[in-house]
Amino acid sequence: MSVMKRVSLIFRAKADKALDRMEDPRETLDYSYKQQVEMLTRVRRGVADVATSRKRVELQMTSLQKEITKRTTQAKTALEQGREDLARAALQARGQLEQQYDDLQGQYTQLQDQEEKLTLASQRLDAKVQAFRTRKETIKATYTAAEAQTRINEAFSGISEDMGDVGLAIQRAEDKTAQMQARAGAIDELLASGALEDHVGGGSDYIQAELDKLGATVGVDDQLEAMKREIANNAPKQLEANGDGSAATSADVPAAQQPQAGDGA
Amino acid sequence: MIVRILGEGQFRLDDDSSAKLTVLDKDVDAAVHAGDEAVFKMALGAAVKLVRETGAPVPDDEFVTADYILPFSDATIDEVRKLLTDGTIHSDPTAP
Repeated sequence: MSVMKRVSLIFRAKADKALDRMEDPRETLDYSYKQQVEMLTRVRRGVADVATSRKRVELQMTSLQKEITKRTTQAKTALEQGREDLARAALQARGQLEQQYDDLQGQYTQLQDQEEKLTLASQRLDAKVQAFRTRKETIKATYTAAEAQTRINEAFSGISEDMGDVGLAIQRAEDKTAQMQARAGAIDELLASGALEDHVGGGSDYIQAELDKLGATVGVDDQLEAMKREIANNAPKQLEANGDGSAATSADVPAAQQPQAGDGA
Repeated sequence: MIVRILGEGQFRLDDDSSAKLTVLDKDVDAAVHAGDEAVFKMALGAAVKLVRETGAPVPDDEFVTADYILPFSDATIDEVRKLLTDGTIHSDPTAP
């Protein structure tokens, strides 16, 4: 027998089994309605759960994006300082972050998809349950218990299929959400412990530490260089330059006005 | 014929579409048996497309059971197998 046929028979068998348990056919209607209302609550909660998961992934993506930007900046700074080794390390770290980001992106899309599907399923079941309630009252008012049996069976089996369908959709969404939460938890931990940053080097963000050190050194080196230049420029015109100590200013001074006071040039 | 696509509700198909679906059903079946995910995806995709495009949605106030139930449009063979063994219909709405 074909797959599609077998699935339909499985659904029907479940409905039949439940029907058999009912003694008073009218009781079936109320019992079923109660279950439908419960199922509606479940599916709505399911939608909310998926939305929460999606938002969590969204936040993580923002965090990762920040880290990626930071690594990019580090790589550029390192290159500017001639530290290709650090730039390479920063780019390697960025690569790992990007991989995580892509992974999350995929999960995000899946969650969005689940949320959308579950929302639609919830709306469909809602409409069906409203229609069932009307039908239930009509059957109860119009028919005797014996007459009502066929109509009850129809309505019950019909809506049972819908409930089975929605139940599966919820299950699917729950499975998906559970998977995502496990992963999201792991990424949260990684982000919190700085382990994502530590994949490449030792210590917590050693690249930044090196760059900071480098930054401080470069600052001093620059100042030393500037001073050396200044001294070299000023050497012949020390006296004039003396006033403000700025090489630029001393350069502006017309040559004609320069040294009268034999400075040994 | 009434066909349900899991997650999408029921549709009423005319004879022509029903005949076409029966053919596709065989493909889906063969793919599940062979465990060929690619063929399965293609066959299921074609079946779902046919039902969506040619079927008329069954109104909310009509209570009928489906002759055929198609898996979720993005189902995998594993999911279908689970569904078929006990209907891993985890959430059995008719259970007490």
